[in-house]
Amino acid sequence: MNFFWDLFLGGLTRGSIYALIALGYTMVYGILQLINFAHGEIYMIGAFTALIVASILTMQGLTGLSVLMLATVVAVLYSSAYGFTVEKIAYKPLRQASRLSPLISAIGMSIFLQNYVMLAQTSDFLPFPSLLPQSDFLDSISAFIGPSDFIIIVTSAVVMIALTLLLKFTKMGRAMRATAQDQQMALLTGVNVNRVISRTFIIGSALAAIGGVLIASHVGRINFYIGFNAGIKAFTAAVLGGIGSIPGAMLGGLVLGLAESFGTGYISSDYESVFAFALLILILIFKPDGILGRSSQQKV
Amino acid sequence: MKFTEELKRSAYIALWFILLTFPIMVIKVNTIENIVVWRWVNLVVIGLSAFVLSFFWQLYLRNKKSSTEMTPEKISTLHRLIENPKIYRPAVVIIAAIALVFPFAASHYQINIMTTALIYVMLGLGLNIEVGLAGLLDLGYVAFYAVGAYSYALLNYHFGLGFWTLLPIGALLAAFAGILVGLPVLRLRGDYLAIVTLAFAEILRLVLENWNDFSFGPSGISNIPRPGLFGINLTPEQSAVYMYFILIALCLLTVFVIYRLQNSRIGRAWVAMREDELACQAMGIDKTKAKLAAFALGATWAGMAGVLFAAKTTFINPASFTFLESAMILSIVVLGGMGSIAGVIIAAFAIILLPEYLRAFSDYRMILFGAALILMMIFRPGGLMADRRRQYQFQQPDAGENS
Repeated sequence: MNFFWDLFLGGLTRGSIYALIALGYTMVYGILQLINFAHGEIYMIGAFTALIVASILTMQGLTGLSVLMLATVVAVLYSSAYGFTVEKIAYKPLRQASRLSPLISAIGMSIFLQNYVMLAQTSDFLPFPSLLPQSDFLDSISAFIGPSDFIIIVTSAVVMIALTLLLKFTKMGRAMRATAQDQQMALLTGVNVNRVISRTFIIGSALAAIGGVLIASHVGRINFYIGFNAGIKAFTAAVLGGIGSIPGAMLGGLVLGLAESFGTGYISSDYESVFAFALLILILIFKPDGILGRSSQQKV
Repeated sequence: MKFTEELKRSAYIALWFILLTFPIMVIKVNTIENIVVWRWVNLVVIGLSAFVLSFFWQLYLRNKKSSTEMTPEKISTLHRLIENPKIYRPAVVIIAAIALVFPFAASHYQINIMTTALIYVMLGLGLNIEVGLAGLLDLGYVAFYAVGAYSYALLNYHFGLGFWTLLPIGALLAAFAGILVGLPVLRLRGDYLAIVTLAFAEILRLVLENWNDFSFGPSGISNIPRPGLFGINLTPEQSAVYMYFILIALCLLTVFVIYRLQNSRIGRAWVAMREDELACQAMGIDKTKAKLAAFALGATWAGMAGVLFAAKTTFINPASFTFLESAMILSIVVLGGMGSIAGVIIAAFAIILLPEYLRAFSDYRMILFGAALILMMIFRPGGLMADRRRQYQFQQPDAGENS
């Protein structure tokens, strides 16, 4: 039972992070029908920025919650800026091109950003300081749930609820949903589609950065390559839930996290990523629209 | 007036990039010794290069806008040169002569590099069938390469079969793997297909890495024999030359087969499928068959290239078959021009040989690939040498001769 609970919690923690990153994929896909391959790299850059800021602040003698907050804020700002810039450089000039072109451009951007961080920083793993705060409350529940697990799950839940509210009730959210449904029509009703796309990238990148900071302080080390795996898995999560669907991405993330956690726990820990990829292939064969996705017929 | 405006814009963009790259480029923290290194020089470099690049970018976009009303099918001068028999015939003879003399004039090291480049020519041409002709974006092409390499290494290890027996077997096994990957993804659209092929390749690599009893794990398989020549014992130098000629022959075969395929029934079907799947089905093309054929034929060349790679290096391990390898082969196809044989060959040589001879840049190889993929898509989506479809030339009968 205890083992089961540990695996369940681990899966939930992991799944929340996947869900946070998957949201960026699904939002961009909903609007542009583009797999933003560079999204995983945005997450990695978020983690690196947080690491740099946190290290400098720690050397200045700051500790605790203030370091975490500042590092997260800077990471979110920078990741958003990167997401915005990536869209302007690699995708915007290709709006009218065939479907393959932006996809290849996205792969190029992903390779570029990976190597940019590798060359500018290092190719080694860097230890990431544990930024998650300590408190009496967390100590009191530590027998039941690990403090970092708790913080990650709660933070992700809060962020996801905020996103849902934003999309449902604000003018910007409505414009985003309208653009996702029908870009031409949204344009005709006076929605600034370019701005909506930029904002989608900014929001998606911000979520990825939050995920990056959380998982980096949970795992405790980062390198330039973490974005690749996280990116593919988050994409798997997005497809699992039905790409384009926001609740689908959240659900897909959790399902994927749990599947991976139980797979490694009960079957074999060598094949951790294999479970995720096998799940992706199975889903695409049997239910290509995902759990919550609407089935779409290709039209002329 | 407009010029100063563009300069101003470039300055803003440069400022944006300075801010954007500040933490990653300028600051470097050493968390163990608690030292922060500030690299202010990078700031200047980024600022200046962003300024210059964005200025040219804008200049290009302005020129592009003013010349949008071009004739749609403009034959480039490069094509006209290549298609002129007076130029291409001597060129082919010269290239053939160089290729023949090369192994006797060059050093062992250079022959090895050239052999590697030729392997990539094969890989590029094979992927070109899938991506360039059929429009199936395969991000896991390296899996078929691995199937070829491992089938040579393992079948040789267990059953002692030779290179020439295993070359077709490796190709067949890879083709079989191609069909296996192709079957489940038949229903998927382009971008899903990309991710599933990537997933297949990662699964294969992880299995090879972890299934020690089968594949010997991360340590790989060593002492793979080089190809034999009627039982004659070859020194490593001689065998490198031999390998080189095998590859030249196989590359010629590849080029021939793909050239014939391109304008065959199935080749036309692929191009139609690439352009519009629904319309192609409406024309009575069996989409299932066409897709599977593309996967199988594309994988065949990767399988052969894999056997050759294993025979050349005599050692393989899963680390040779990562996603980066797939990305590199993809960039060969994209840079060369999707669907264009000559373009892919040139791009393969450029991508493999340039980093070898420009050692100073070898660290920057991958970052340049990434940048090249993006820039290529924006500025020259057809590649270095865009593929040109066959078309009828209507010739007006000359009125003077007829009367």
